[in-house]
Amino acid sequence: MSNTTTALSTATDAAQGQVTEAAGHAAAGTPGMPQLDFATFPNQIFWLVVALVVIYVILSRVALPRIGGILADRQGRITGDLEMAEKLKAKAAEAEAAYNQALVDARAEAAKIVAATRADIQADLDKAVAKADAEIGARAAESARRIEEIRAGAVTAVAEVARDTAKAIVAALGGTADEKAVAAAVADRMKG
Amino acid sequence: MAGEAEGQGLSFHPMDQFAVKPLFGDALNLTTVTNVTLWMAIAVLCIFVLFVLGTARRAVVPGRMQSVAELAYGFVHKMVEEVSGHDGLRYFPYIFTLFCFIVFSNFLGLIPGALTLTSHIAVTGVMAVLVFLSVTIIGFVKNGTQFLGLFWVSSAPLALRPILAVIELISYFVRPVSHSVRLAGNMMAGHAVIKVFAAFAPLILMSGIGIAVTPLSILAITAMYALELLVAFIQAYVFTILTCVYLKDALHPGH
Repeated sequence: MSNTTTALSTATDAAQGQVTEAAGHAAAGTPGMPQLDFATFPNQIFWLVVALVVIYVILSRVALPRIGGILADRQGRITGDLEMAEKLKAKAAEAEAAYNQALVDARAEAAKIVAATRADIQADLDKAVAKADAEIGARAAESARRIEEIRAGAVTAVAEVARDTAKAIVAALGGTADEKAVAAAVADRMKG
Repeated sequence: MAGEAEGQGLSFHPMDQFAVKPLFGDALNLTTVTNVTLWMAIAVLCIFVLFVLGTARRAVVPGRMQSVAELAYGFVHKMVEEVSGHDGLRYFPYIFTLFCFIVFSNFLGLIPGALTLTSHIAVTGVMAVLVFLSVTIIGFVKNGTQFLGLFWVSSAPLALRPILAVIELISYFVRPVSHSVRLAGNMMAGHAVIKVFAAFAPLILMSGIGIAVTPLSILAITAMYALELLVAFIQAYVFTILTCVYLKDALHPGH
């Protein structure tokens, strides 16, 4: 063991000589560095193997399955939540589609009602117009008939007046008016 | 420089921090309890607290400790899956064991006075050899002689293939060396540099020039320490991802 310690002190002496290149690679060749003290190797390797086995057992038996489980659990939960969100979104879209459909239906219905009402009104209007036309026609015919009567009356009266006047003129001229001749003459004139 | 400093009473022992010493008595044999044992026990304890006690509540909405545990799990799990492929996940517990041990050793080593386990080539070497042997055995068990296709670069011109095969073979056997020396070297270098700067710090008590040197060295210690925090994580990451890469080569030897 005292060999080891003297080796150590020579190592540090050697290292002092090259502090500027203390980087391990350069110094790795010098004997007596603690790293190259082969007497300690079995001990280090023994404890390293023990440590690695203990760490491996701790990690592979307990820690890693647990962490893997936690991560999988979280992933599953996130996936589940996303699926649920997707489902709800689909539902919302469905509801929106139904709403739009209802709106379209209602619009169509309203348009139908408007069209029917318009047709009804049109029919009523047409009826009223036809009725009014007929009345106007009847009244016009009545008026035409009465105008005709009046005109006929007026012609008769004119002929009478003309005969009387002609008789009176003939009498004034000292003749005797032949009733028949006067009437024929008046009728003849009135025709022309 | 060192000689000049020694003349003024400074003492440089940047490698002392890595010494393996028995905690009780003087004798060192296979099962002696040393500072290595102590710091490994602390690392195991930290891992137990973080990954077992920290996740004990199995909360769907995690607390701080559980978050860190889950983060580490997810980090390594994703790395294994992306680098080694889905069938590499069978070996996830082994890779995670290595990652946890290295990351805790690296960070615990940054506590002043602590022993940095991963600065010891014995420690990193055993891990690298373990990885090398397992990966080679897995490669032959899974792919049989087809595993040798790893060294036969079928996309290269035929004339070049034997040469490439030699190069590939050499690089394959160098893997455990670079794998372990990278980690140990990085950890040792940074800690040694911090120790060197620390040795300059008390200069103010001895000489006038210390007025300039002491603040500078304290500043340098702080900066190095920040860098070491980064390196502690990065080296654990590098060791783990290289393990994944080697595993990928064993599972899918085609180039």
